Amino acid sequence: MVLERGEVANSWRRERWDSLRLLTPNWQSRLPGHRYEGADPDGFMTMGEVIAFVSHFALVAGAPVRTHTAVTSVRQADGGYLVSTNQGDIQCRCVVLASGACNLASIPALRQAVPTSIECVTALDYRNPDQLPDGGVLVVGASATGAQLADEIHRSGRRVTLSVGEHVRLPRTYRGRDVLWWMDASGVWNQRYDEIDDLTRARRLPSPQLVGSPERTTLDLNTLGAAGVEIVGRLAAVRDGRAFFSGGLRNHFALADLKMDRLLDTFDDWALRHSPDGDVDPPERFEPTRAPASTRLDLDLTRGEIRSIIWATGFRPDYSWLDVPVLDHKGYLRHDGGVVDSPGMYAIGLPVLRRRKSTFIHGAEDDACDVTDHLARFLATSA
Amino acid sequence: MAEVSVNNGVNVGALLAAREALKAAPQAAKFTWRASCKWKNGTHSRTNVQGFHGLGEEQKHKTEFSFEADHPEIFASEDLGITPIEYVLVGLASCLTAGVAAVAQNRGIQLRSVESKLEGSMDIQGILGIDSDVRNGYDDIKVTFKIDADASKKEIEALVAQSQKRSAVYDVITNPTNVRVEVV
Ligand SMILES: Cc1cc2nc3c(=O)[nH]c(=O)nc-3n(C[C@H](O)[C@H](O)[C@H](O)COP(=O)(O)OP(=O)(O)OC[C@H]3O[C@@H](n4cnc5c(N)ncnc54)[C@H](O)[C@@H]3O)c2cc1C
Repeated sequence: MVLERGEVANSWRRERWDSLRLLTPNWQSRLPGHRYEGADPDGFMTMGEVIAFVSHFALVAGAPVRTHTAVTSVRQADGGYLVSTNQGDIQCRCVVLASGACNLASIPALRQAVPTSIECVTALDYRNPDQLPDGGVLVVGASATGAQLADEIHRSGRRVTLSVGEHVRLPRTYRGRDVLWWMDASGVWNQRYDEIDDLTRARRLPSPQLVGSPERTTLDLNTLGAAGVEIVGRLAAVRDGRAFFSGGLRNHFALADLKMDRLLDTFDDWALRHSPDGDVDPPERFEPTRAPASTRLDLDLTRGEIRSIIWATGFRPDYSWLDVPVLDHKGYLRHDGGVVDSPGMYAIGLPVLRRRKSTFIHGAEDDACDVTDHLARFLATSA
Repeated sequence: MAEVSVNNGVNVGALLAAREALKAAPQAAKFTWRASCKWKNGTHSRTNVQGFHGLGEEQKHKTEFSFEADHPEIFASEDLGITPIEYVLVGLASCLTAGVAAVAQNRGIQLRSVESKLEGSMDIQGILGIDSDVRNGYDDIKVTFKIDADASKKEIEALVAQSQKRSAVYDVITNPTNVRVEVV
């Protein structure tokens, strides 16, 4: 059985901002035996469309979902697990943790030092610019979330300062195709967790600066900077009401530009060897991220220039209900490709669980096959 | 693979082994670096460095190193050593250079020469208290590397970028650090 504290597609219903569209194209939204059938395969689903898509899948798959059933504790008991919920207890032999990778907003500890006059909003609480007080906004973090929110808030007529640390830059389209088509076709997205050099790092990589818009625009720091968003370095400290930003912004630009170029090289190599069907345009390279002559190193948070801060500093899973000792000293789940360090316990939907695509909608199918395979063998042999 | 024959004089194997060992024992990764300074005369001082703490115990450089600092004659000093702010450039240059060598070794890139020039610009109206809007320290630091190696331009740029990413001195310069100064 599948336990869900809310309704099917709950995170898409309750934890996303109003204007959000998937950054993965429609043709890529695949669940087992279920794919996008609409008229715009290269478009990007709105939240309403994602909710309909996932809900329809649950219906046709006949998934035994018990909605409005919140798990409050999972404990080892009688050679299996005792799962307590707000609807009563369930004893089972196997548990799959499919509770999501993004339940909580990760916020750096320096938040404590932010003056109380500043309204703090996380990416999970943010809905639209109207919810923010008038005045300047500091967006901290420039992954997909931070870049998209900086753009939307800037368009609402507010002054936006975007604090940029390590980030992943990608063009929306490359050689005439969606960049995620290249990720898929060239096999980058299928790269397995046991083939990756530094898995810890791969699992903590920020999401790429991409937005799904009908115009298929590229959302990078050059676009944001040209539109008038002020780009500053990584937020390094808040002291006596002042925010201090790293002077190492240029190197963050360099790292992201070099990394993007290496990925595009991979695509080009693949295209040479495989001549993909249909036409692709010739290879192209993009203008390096433009570094301002000098960037702002500090910002007085008490002067009224900035009225709110958006923490777009990533997400992490919530395991507060998991009473089994399977977390490491940093609070991450100890697992080998979804096989958790406790017999009969499994996980799915975590970053690079088994493949680079593991946290994406279309990544669930292959991982689910591998994980349930292991689970079935476990049940068969431990009977 | 090229890696077998590449030798930049960095024992990457030992560094990687240490990295793995420290992952298991994070306490041993806590280091304290020390320096002791004595005023000589005027702006001249001498700083000695030998002992430090790390890997859970006291450690020591093979010999004691000694550094003279002073101000140049145009500031009416005796110029018995470089200025303290120039030592910051020394630290940054040597840290980034060591990083380039280590990253190159790890990536199987043979280095033939690594040279860099550093320039830190500063408006001394700050330290002289002429204009309180002018900061005391550098307002800009520029590092220019010239590297000859068996690698493409992009690979060399990536070496330099990775070296900045892992550099202690670069971090201390680009990010605020808590400093406590006490009198005993
Ligand atoms: C802002 C944002 C944008 C994204 N955009 C894309 C995109 O464009 N394309 C893409 O492929 N992926 C995107 N993702 C990733 C997306 O989260 C995954 O693709 C997908 O939703 C993961 O599904 P999941 O079922 O593993 O996790 P979730 O969708 O998070 O589902 C977990 C479910 O578990 C329930 N749950 C949690 N705890 C409990 C409990 N204690 N008891 C009972 N139920 C519980 C939750 O209510 C939730 O419904 C995005 C993620 C975020 C945060």
